[in-house]
Amino acid sequence: MYDKGKIIPGLIIFFFLLTFPFWYSLGQASYESPKPKLPVNEKKCIEDVNWMRANHMELLNKWRDMVVRHDMTHYVNTAGKDYEISLEKTCMKCHTSRKEFCEKCHVKVSVSPYCWDCHVAPEEVRDGQ
Amino acid sequence: MDNKRRKILKFAAVSAALGFTGLPIEGLASYFPKIGKYVRSDKEKKAKQWAMVIDTRKFKTKEDFKRVIEACNSIHNVPEDIPNKKQEIKWIWEDEFEHVFPDQENPFLAERYKDQEVLSLCNHCQHPPCVRVCPTQATFKRSDGIVMMDFHRCIGCRYCMAACPYGSRSFNFRDPAPYVKHKNPDFPTRMRGVVEKCLFCYERLADGKMPACVEASNGAMIFGDLMDPNSEVRKVLRENYTIVRKPELGTEPCVFYII
Amino acid sequence: MLEKAFYGDKKYWTWVIFLLILMGIGSIAYIYQLRHGLMVTGMGRDVSWGFYIAQFTYFVGVAASAVMVVIPLYLHNYKKFEKVVTFAEFMAVAAVMICLGFIIVDLGQPQRLFNVLFHPTPHSILFYDMIVLNGYLLLNILISWNNLHADYKRVPHPKWTKVLAYISIPWAFSIHTVTAFLYQGLPGRHFWLSAIMAARFLSSAFCSGPAILVLLLLILKKVTKFDPGEEAIRTLAKIITYAMIINVFFYSLELFTAFYSNIPEHKATFIYLFKGLQGHGSLVGWMWVMAISGLACLIILIPPKFRNNQDLLVVALILLILATWIDKGLGLVVGGFIPNPFGKVVEYRPTVYELLIAMMVYSMGLFILTILWKVGVGVKREVGEIPK
Repeated sequence: MYDKGKIIPGLIIFFFLLTFPFWYSLGQASYESPKPKLPVNEKKCIEDVNWMRANHMELLNKWRDMVVRHDMTHYVNTAGKDYEISLEKTCMKCHTSRKEFCEKCHVKVSVSPYCWDCHVAPEEVRDGQ
Repeated sequence: MDNKRRKILKFAAVSAALGFTGLPIEGLASYFPKIGKYVRSDKEKKAKQWAMVIDTRKFKTKEDFKRVIEACNSIHNVPEDIPNKKQEIKWIWEDEFEHVFPDQENPFLAERYKDQEVLSLCNHCQHPPCVRVCPTQATFKRSDGIVMMDFHRCIGCRYCMAACPYGSRSFNFRDPAPYVKHKNPDFPTRMRGVVEKCLFCYERLADGKMPACVEASNGAMIFGDLMDPNSEVRKVLRENYTIVRKPELGTEPCVFYII
Repeated sequence: MLEKAFYGDKKYWTWVIFLLILMGIGSIAYIYQLRHGLMVTGMGRDVSWGFYIAQFTYFVGVAASAVMVVIPLYLHNYKKFEKVVTFAEFMAVAAVMICLGFIIVDLGQPQRLFNVLFHPTPHSILFYDMIVLNGYLLLNILISWNNLHADYKRVPHPKWTKVLAYISIPWAFSIHTVTAFLYQGLPGRHFWLSAIMAARFLSSAFCSGPAILVLLLLILKKVTKFDPGEEAIRTLAKIITYAMIINVFFYSLELFTAFYSNIPEHKATFIYLFKGLQGHGSLVGWMWVMAISGLACLIILIPPKFRNNQDLLVVALILLILATWIDKGLGLVVGGFIPNPFGKVVEYRPTVYELLIAMMVYSMGLFILTILWKVGVGVKREVGEIPK
């Protein structure tokens, strides 16, 4: 084999980096599912809770396009209940905290949607008044 | 009654069928697509082309302007006192007559127009150049004539600002949030890097309310459907001599001025 | 073939590392701009496009100018350009990359760039600009790289690159026409609202681009032993001369229309640029440098005796590049916004951040050019076109 002195250390470094996540997390606390704070007074979400958990981002995207681009200001869910399309006035009425609800999962799974760059979070209103 | 029974029977049959397959029914059902219906507000004010008449004669004191501008700024979280004057955000503001109407230049203009301040805002043109040039349709014309902004889609190329002949568009050169004094939680602020402007209070019209400036103007601003011959706007336009800004450009502005 | 870029002498590596350092410094400024927004620039609600878009406009012209080598070679079978055509096409590639770079640094929300593709909008000129610029980039990469590769393998050029070269000719005209349309189709910007804008853009492109090419080829001749050929340089100089005469003529047409008609809106920007308006005139000095160097370069270029003297030619080309750059890279874009829609003069001055970021984009373009030309020289040396 040519260049043995370079190839073998190179391979060792490569495998070290490849397996890094596995042994790095050895001995650390195991993963725990985030526990967002659920609404107290309301049992039913806009749609089925499981479905919302998996698809809320798509629903929000659709809501945004409908209200901004197609003048549709209300959503009638599959059970026939009418909701005003509004992050602040509808969603955050029950989920009263960005920190305790949205970010509980988003931080854990490292996603950073930019909703709150513009929309005013409920705690911001509470702090401001 | 019969209908309800049929539904129950159906449900029982389907769940029994699924039950035989050993699948968790409830869990599975929750992943079926949920397609609700999107509907318009029943309180909504409707029009083919919203338009505004500004009676400049009724704006006499600084207070008259301030009341109107403040009403808009506070509702729409328009940032104020941005340190760099060149990078200000404006939705509705006052300027001198000769600046709002530079094509009415006349060195012998009557004294009273020389010092006259006039309101300036987006004209919601019938043929808006900003909409024509926008490469992503982030700014577009709604079916009721409002030139709308989709802040989620804007890439901040500022082509619309070059296209607007009225200087009605502002760009968020910086994060505007720290300059919004009292945030109105019912209306979003904006992020840096997007263009914004007056939206004719589309959100209030959907609620059946008049635009904020019109409401605060004590009758000095009239709002209505330009395509409806019986609307108040049309009545005022019939009875008064009005001018629009830069009519020679073919944009057909929908903000009219009584001078 | 790319491996040729990895073998160079000390001078070559010093130059490459120098460019990388410039890019590094510029990107620090760019990261700062990304974090704080375009507030770090001198732009504002009145002058909403500045140095970035002006440089973009200038370099679209430089990119388009490759066609001044392609037309004589492919349409008139002018063999003297065979040696330089690859270098011209590589320069076009680097120039388009500079254009795209300036567009991206100018965006308020660059991560949403692809909205232009997700929501295609055929009524926007920017949509067409995206298509023609990227198409031109692709055409030039395909043609130049494959032809060079054929040289490298000592086989004749494939037929399909010739077809693409024919397509690239109208395409080159389209990129600068569409870029002019960005400006000339806007109501209320009287300085830009001129039917001759696209023609002016093309004429200034076809003198400034080849001028840059000739200067770069002369530098290449000094640092390598590549000789573009006396005849090729002379023909390019002739093309540059004609284009510059037409460019100056078109500019004077604008002046005639504005001042003979005496329409205030048409005159306003010219007055601001050359004399100052409402007490503002930060571009006046620049514009007179443009006027004088533009005419001076013609005095050298027009008589063949001066033009064919290579030392004088270099002076003329530097003057020409200066004049066209001030015209398009400073006066045209910024001037279009002054006076603003209210008839007021609000001035613009680029900030240090803008200049550093522009330096980043420029050095990126030069880096791409260096790598591509290095490969070109390497291949030509190997096949014996350049003495070893």
